[in-house]
Amino acid sequence: MPLVLASFACGLVFGAGLLISGMTEPDKVLGFLDIFGAWDATLAFVMAGAVAVSSVGFALAQRRAAPLFASGYLWPTRRDIDAPLVTGAVLFGVGWGLVGICPGPALVNLAGLSLPIVVFVGAMVIGMLGYEFSPARGGTSVAAVESPAVASRTDG
Amino acid sequence: MHDLTPLHGLLGGALIGLAAAALMLFTGRLAGVSGILGGLLTSRPTDRAWRIAFVAGLVAAPILAALAGAPLPRPAIATNLALVAAAGLLVGFGSRMGNGCTSGHGVCGFARGSARSIVATVVFMGAAVLTVAIVRHGFGG
Repeated sequence: MPLVLASFACGLVFGAGLLISGMTEPDKVLGFLDIFGAWDATLAFVMAGAVAVSSVGFALAQRRAAPLFASGYLWPTRRDIDAPLVTGAVLFGVGWGLVGICPGPALVNLAGLSLPIVVFVGAMVIGMLGYEFSPARGGTSVAAVESPAVASRTDG
Repeated sequence: MHDLTPLHGLLGGALIGLAAAALMLFTGRLAGVSGILGGLLTSRPTDRAWRIAFVAGLVAAPILAALAGAPLPRPAIATNLALVAAAGLLVGFGSRMGNGCTSGHGVCGFARGSARSIVATVVFMGAAVLTVAIVRHGFGG
């Protein structure tokens, strides 16, 4: 139970950060990506603040034997740069650039229940499920990839 | 619409970083939103509760802010629903195929100094910049 409560609190703070930073507004995000237009550098400040604080936290975590409410750290273990990583990043980037929304802000914005956001989140979930069952993943069934350790160890 | 808001950016970013650090320190999990949501769709029931709680926290943030008087987020997003759906499909499929999105690769990956995440971030930023250039300025189109 402490694990679940801590997760909820972290999601809450993460969502507050997205709201305060302005990153839940597609216009701010597209303003950053539009380097040939009226460029808005705000997203770079968000990244800088987030990376600065999380790198300190991660360094602290690496000096502790275990997390407070779990038996071990599920750090990502993969180090190889393979084709799915790059292809997936390209597809993700095109989708992100089309409307200026990525998964975090999509879920925060879901609270407003505006039709485009509901459509976006629905399509995003279908896209995620589509990948899980796609030939790109080797056509494996959910049961075959159902290792919690592996699922938790994805990079993000 | 495109005014630079560096202080809000830094403060909000710091909160995002704090949440990512706390999730690792408390639960040992990485704060990658696409990974958490994607895992929710595929993982074992025993691995689901913390994922549901994190997603619930994200959705609850603007609701709590609304109780304090802020408006619920209804962002100005593209009104062409076919385009929105296509973008959502690409974001969902691509983030799972590439094992992460702006939070997992962009924030946590950079903070860990992961070469994989830095490559992914440079690639998806580049693809997004090109997409916006084509959509808004018609380059190459």
